[in-house]
Amino acid sequence: MEKIPILKMGEFLLVTIQVDMHDRLAMALQDDLTATISQTDARGVLIDISTLEIVDSFIGRMLSNIAAMSRVLDAETVVVGMQPAVAITLVELGLSLPGVRTALNVDAGMELLRTSVNANKEMYGSRFH
Amino acid sequence: MVVVSTESVPIKSEPDVVTVRRCVREVSAQLGLSLVDQTKIITAASELARNTIIYGGGGTMQVERLNGPRTGLRLTFEDHGPGIPDVELALRDGFTTGSGLGLGLGGSKRLVNEFDIVSRPGQGTRITITRWK
Repeated sequence: MEKIPILKMGEFLLVTIQVDMHDRLAMALQDDLTATISQTDARGVLIDISTLEIVDSFIGRMLSNIAAMSRVLDAETVVVGMQPAVAITLVELGLSLPGVRTALNVDAGMELLRTSVNANKEMYGSRFH
Repeated sequence: MVVVSTESVPIKSEPDVVTVRRCVREVSAQLGLSLVDQTKIITAASELARNTIIYGGGGTMQVERLNGPRTGLRLTFEDHGPGIPDVELALRDGFTTGSGLGLGLGGSKRLVNEFDIVSRPGQGTRITITRWK
C-alpha cells in the first residue's frame, strides 16, 4: 500500500503531502505519525500541504486529529503552505482547523516549532531519558 | 441554457472520491473557472461523493458543462440508498448520523451557487450543485 513518507530531522518530523490522498491514506498517515512521534521522541511535527489542491472536511479533521494527538504526546504540530484558495474554501465550508497551528511556509513553520519547543524546555526543563 | 456535454462517473468505493475530485478539477479548469471557484466546487464534490458512499451505499456523479447565457458546471450526485428523512436537519452544520463533522451537506451548499436536494426515504437521494463562471 502506498504511504506518505515521514522524515526525521533532529527532534522534528517532516511530512510533505504530495499526493491527492484518499481517506484511507489520510488515516494511515495519522496512525504512522503518532507511532513515529512516540518511537523517536520527536518534539515537533511539520506538515507541508503546499501542493494540496483541496482540504475537505475529512482531511481537515485528520489535521486537527494529528495536532491533538501529538499534543498529548508532548509534541507541537505546525501545518504550513496552505494555498490561499484552499484557505478561503475551508473557512466557507465551516472549518477553521481549531487547535492547529499554521505558518505560511516551511521556514516560518520551523522557526515556530523551534521557538515553542525551546520555550517549553525553559519552562519545564529537558525531558528525562 | 445549453448542456454542452454530459458524462457519468461511478462512485462505488472510497478511492472513487479521488477520481471525482480529479474529474471535477479537469472540467472546471477547461471551463475557465477561477482557481478559487475550482477549489470550491472540487471541495463540494469531494464532500458529496463521500456522502454518496457512506450514506447512500454508492451511486453516480453526472457532470454537465453548461453554456448559453452563462458558462458553468453542474454536478448531480445520485444514490439509491435509504434517503434522508429530514433534509432540513441534515443541512444543519454539526448534524451527522455518521462519524464525521456534519459539515458535508451544509458546507457544500455554501460553496456553490445553486444547490438542490431531493430525497425520498427508501428510494434514495439526488443532489444537484452548480457553480457559474
